[in-house]
Amino acid sequence: MDEVTVFIMGKGYRVPAGLTIMKAMEYAGYRLTRGCGCRGGYCGACATVYRLRGDYKLYADLACQTTVQDGMYIAQLPFTPAERPAYRLEELRAEGQTLLSLFPELARCVACNTCTKACPQKLEVMDAVQASLRGDIPGVAELTFDCVSCGLCTMRCPAEISHHHVWQLARRLNGAYLTPRAPHVAQRVAEVEGGKFRAELDRLMAMGKEELVAAYKARDIEP
Amino acid sequence: MASELRLSRAKLAAPFARRVEELSGENPYACYQCGKCSAGCPFADHMDALPNQVLRLVQLGDEAALSLSAPWVCASCHACGVRCPKGVDIARTMEALRVLALRRGITPTPVRPDRPYPQIALIGAYRKLTP
Amino acid sequence: MKTLAYFPGCALKDQARADENGTLAALARLGYEVREIPRWNCCGTVYSLAQDDLMRHVGPVRNLLRVQGMGEGRVLTLCAMCYGTLSRSARFVEDPERLRRINAFLAPDAYNGGVEVVHLLTLLRDEVGYERLAAQVKRELNGLKVAAYYGCVLLRPREYAVDDPDGPTVMERVVEALGGGAVPFPERMECCGAYLTVTQKGVVEGRVGRLLRSARAGGADVVVTTCPLCQFNLEERRPAGAPALPVLYLGQLLAWALGADEPAVGAAITGISSGVRHG
Ligand code: SF4
Ligand code: SF4
Ligand code: SF4
Ligand code: SF4
Ligand code: FES
Repeated sequence: MDEVTVFIMGKGYRVPAGLTIMKAMEYAGYRLTRGCGCRGGYCGACATVYRLRGDYKLYADLACQTTVQDGMYIAQLPFTPAERPAYRLEELRAEGQTLLSLFPELARCVACNTCTKACPQKLEVMDAVQASLRGDIPGVAELTFDCVSCGLCTMRCPAEISHHHVWQLARRLNGAYLTPRAPHVAQRVAEVEGGKFRAELDRLMAMGKEELVAAYKARDIEP
Repeated sequence: MASELRLSRAKLAAPFARRVEELSGENPYACYQCGKCSAGCPFADHMDALPNQVLRLVQLGDEAALSLSAPWVCASCHACGVRCPKGVDIARTMEALRVLALRRGITPTPVRPDRPYPQIALIGAYRKLTP
Repeated sequence: MKTLAYFPGCALKDQARADENGTLAALARLGYEVREIPRWNCCGTVYSLAQDDLMRHVGPVRNLLRVQGMGEGRVLTLCAMCYGTLSRSARFVEDPERLRRINAFLAPDAYNGGVEVVHLLTLLRDEVGYERLAAQVKRELNGLKVAAYYGCVLLRPREYAVDDPDGPTVMERVVEALGGGAVPFPERMECCGAYLTVTQKGVVEGRVGRLLRSARAGGADVVVTTCPLCQFNLEERRPAGAPALPVLYLGQLLAWALGADEPAVGAAITGISSGVRHG
């Protein structure tokens, strides 16, 4: 079996080549209760930074998506403290200064592009910050659609911006106020409110455990 | 500011004046205290030391220059620099004092926006007044 | 049609939309095909004056790099602050060692230097010309009395001044070419207080009171500026008792005079001809 040496929080381990960082950590004996979620590159819980021997760059990526390399120095960043002011979406308007008023630190961006280099999703993070600054809400929503809120950009930003909270607000504003309404959703909501599914729900609620398990196993699954 | 100056060898030899010179790129000793900068500064009324007095403190190596309000009231309008007969760009000296103070953790004018502001107001305030 | 790379800046996409809309409508009528530079970022507003603050120059230089990428050799700015920061940063990286250090942050791209930053006022004076501008006027400003307000960054430091820093005339000449009347305005080169508006409101109110009284004393009906921060301060930081002059962007005057739709100028002119004077 091919093996490589990695350093996890400063301690060296021999691990099989080809493992992801996350699996290598588990192989080395770590039991991950934080910094691990979906294992599929969607949840953003496994933010990790590393360096490679002889290379000045500090790399940032998702532990569940990145293969170990020989001589990797690894540290996980399971959580990035980030500031999100309280707001009520219904009281906000999707207009120029909404994002900047709630996140005035956006104005501290020096356009260094460090955030973009850190993003494991390869988003144009700096462009999204700049779009936020100038109030282009649909632009921000578009640029950050694939953000997994890993916080790596936030950790590296010299302007101390809480990026993913800005993105989330932009997408909420975009969805609530700027995107055309989908008629089928309204129709389904009306059906739900009209009690169309009441009887079926009541039937489920009345089932015992075994009956419920059987029904679950027999459910229709889209191919 | 008191008009009395207390000179000492220690102050003059202190690295403070040189550090301000390095950061600002302006030679504080070029200033001959004519006061034209202060006469033209639109914010002089709100300063606890006039621009020429700020420069004097720097010349004397006096770190009291770091606890003045003047650098925080200075808006980098460059009205002083264009009229200085010695070509001193005092706005740069003011910037050096702000930068030095901020790097030492002195933040006398925290930026806490109380209403929506145009981008350029916030960008300017954060860049000049926060570390 | 002459192409012209254009850097809008954040404020022109938001609070100062009227300036952008007006100027672009006017420039189209003057035969320019204005091309907004792709993926521009904030210029930084206030040029960093500290010697060891290289990072603050990366943003403005990145914009020059984008202009280079368009194959253009110069870039137009409307906002006075953007003009100040971009033109000074362009000069800053004329030094090869500084350029090398900044390019290390822009890698794999590299700025080669040489992009010229022009402000709308110099474009109108040096390339369009006052006479050609006057010849394009479709709708005279009816002698609207204008206080042309320069503020700081259009004139200072000297090396970046769009005109004589001790006695500028360019904005007045443009106003006159459009059929307006430029009034004497002794405080026109004085600072409004700029970003101090966030932290020291009272200081800015003091400045704005003086500016507005000076403009009014000259007989102005409106104040005209190219700076969105001046515009904000003059309207939002007006102390009680100071004349409430409307504060318009130069782009709005241009648009109106060249025949584009511009309700704010129309309202100001109607207000004056019907005898309603502000303040
Ligand atoms: S934008 Fe930031 S938080 Fe979102 S995925 Fe990229 S690095 Fe993570
Ligand atoms: S890391 Fe921060 S300061 Fe740098 S470009 Fe991104 S948001 Fe702006
Ligand atoms: S104008 Fe110049 S020489 Fe005169 S006091 Fe000010 S800095 Fe000194
Ligand atoms: S740059 Fe500062 S010190 Fe100089 S005139 Fe302007 S406000 Fe005064
Ligand atoms: S564990 Fe969810 S993205 Fe890696």
